[in-house]
Amino acid sequence: MRRSNLYNRDCFVASLLAMTRIMNTIYILWLRQLKRFIRSKARILGSLGQPVLFLFALGFGFGPTFAKAGEGNYIQFLVPGVIAMSVLFSAVFFGIEIIWDRQFGFLKETLVAPVSRFHIMLGRTLGGATVSCVQGLIVLLISTIIGFRPVSILGVFLSLCIMFLGAIVFTALGTAIASKLEDMHAFQLIMNFLIMPLFFLSGALFPLKNLPPALDTITHLNPMTYAVDGLRATLIGTSHFGALTDFIVLLGIAIVFLSIGSYLFSKIEL
Amino acid sequence: MTDKKPSIEVSDLTKKYNGFTAVDAISFTVKKGEIFAFLGPNGAGKTTTIKMLTTLLSPTSGSISVNGFDPTTDQNDVRKSFGIVFQDPSLDDELTAWENLDFHGVLYNVPKTIRTQRIQELLQFVELWDRKDSFVKTFSGGMKRRLEIARGLLHHPKIFFLDEPTIGLDPQTRNKLWAYIEDLNNKEGITIFFTTHYIEEAEKIADTVAVIDHGKICIQGTPEQVKRETNAHSLEEAFLTLTGHAIREEEGTILDRMRMFRRHRK
Repeated sequence: MRRSNLYNRDCFVASLLAMTRIMNTIYILWLRQLKRFIRSKARILGSLGQPVLFLFALGFGFGPTFAKAGEGNYIQFLVPGVIAMSVLFSAVFFGIEIIWDRQFGFLKETLVAPVSRFHIMLGRTLGGATVSCVQGLIVLLISTIIGFRPVSILGVFLSLCIMFLGAIVFTALGTAIASKLEDMHAFQLIMNFLIMPLFFLSGALFPLKNLPPALDTITHLNPMTYAVDGLRATLIGTSHFGALTDFIVLLGIAIVFLSIGSYLFSKIEL
Repeated sequence: MTDKKPSIEVSDLTKKYNGFTAVDAISFTVKKGEIFAFLGPNGAGKTTTIKMLTTLLSPTSGSISVNGFDPTTDQNDVRKSFGIVFQDPSLDDELTAWENLDFHGVLYNVPKTIRTQRIQELLQFVELWDRKDSFVKTFSGGMKRRLEIARGLLHHPKIFFLDEPTIGLDPQTRNKLWAYIEDLNNKEGITIFFTTHYIEEAEKIADTVAVIDHGKICIQGTPEQVKRETNAHSLEEAFLTLTGHAIREEEGTILDRMRMFRRHRK
């Protein structure tokens, strides 16, 4: 009896140590992403350029026409879409940073360390998703300057969950793609043929009602659509699918993409 | 009682890519505590071999033993037992010297108090202690190399791999780097495995030399033995005799393009 108690205790201690080890690994990779973001003022400003441009140009440009069509305030409608855009772009860029980082950066060091590839990817992805959320939040704050008003503070907190999930989805996507690529120029191709369509063919810029059948199908199959819709549900209170549907769909896609992404990441050979 | 088991044992190691044989049934042994130079022209198979030894690539066939472990089955045991300085830098430019080392320590599970002490020891060893809180992007090439050496030693590895460690550095820095490495080898008995194009450096410092070309090992032995067998006055002459004087025309790989891109970014 005594021997098995000691054995159980040793097993328990060993698992506790292993868990601490894993948490430490994930934590420092997460921390590294945050430090890199905070320390690069140029990058923070640069990432805000496009969303702010969209807000001003489309928000004020289309606003009157949108209101006249009886759809209400376009700025309110547009802001969740633009926030989602900033999350999408930053998340995918982040995943693709892998191509450079694995030859000339810290990633190579992590591939040769005695840690599991899955934990590396997890730490990195969580860090990247956190940074994408911070960027989304900054866009949200800027949009209040031009008149955007979220429905409630609770809504803002809930929208952070949607942002985080969406960021996970797209960071994992970026990681999956980057794990198979070796050439940074191939990234240009990806930008044009995948990311732009993902953004424009979601409900970010236009409502999802009364769409022609082809567009209707595409938008329904696009993960971005659910991220945008979820943000609309939490921030302005109106949505096409309902916040719960959006959340569940995003969660499911996040799990699938994370699995694919970590599988491909684990197969990287330098 | 001294441990006579070799640090690295490689037997009939082969790596094939789509019909192209990068490494062709090579065998060699690296004794514990020796300095081993792995020489060869570009495209000979050096980097492929190092990748297989360091768990980054899986062999097509053959067997490897690094510190008694098999890189294909005991990956983490092998990884804990070596340190490496890659040919291309692998530091995080946006972190400080201290942070780069600290992160390495966490990845290799070095407990915090030991880590702090060891980082100080190593930064002082490579004479970068006064720059510990500077961002690595402000470092010169030579300083980055020194920092990578410090980092690779943090977890007390038994073998230290160096892939072209002095490439692109001025003679003073190169000299200093080799002085560190010799010091490590003498004081702590760490086995050193390196590749280089600077043959005269290999001649001065290596205990054993192996020359690889077209994926096959042409010769192995002490620099003296190699010179005798090829009737050469210097190791460089021996090397050229074995591998030929013709320039190897190689196709630029994606990696070469990225290296050029990186140089222009600076």
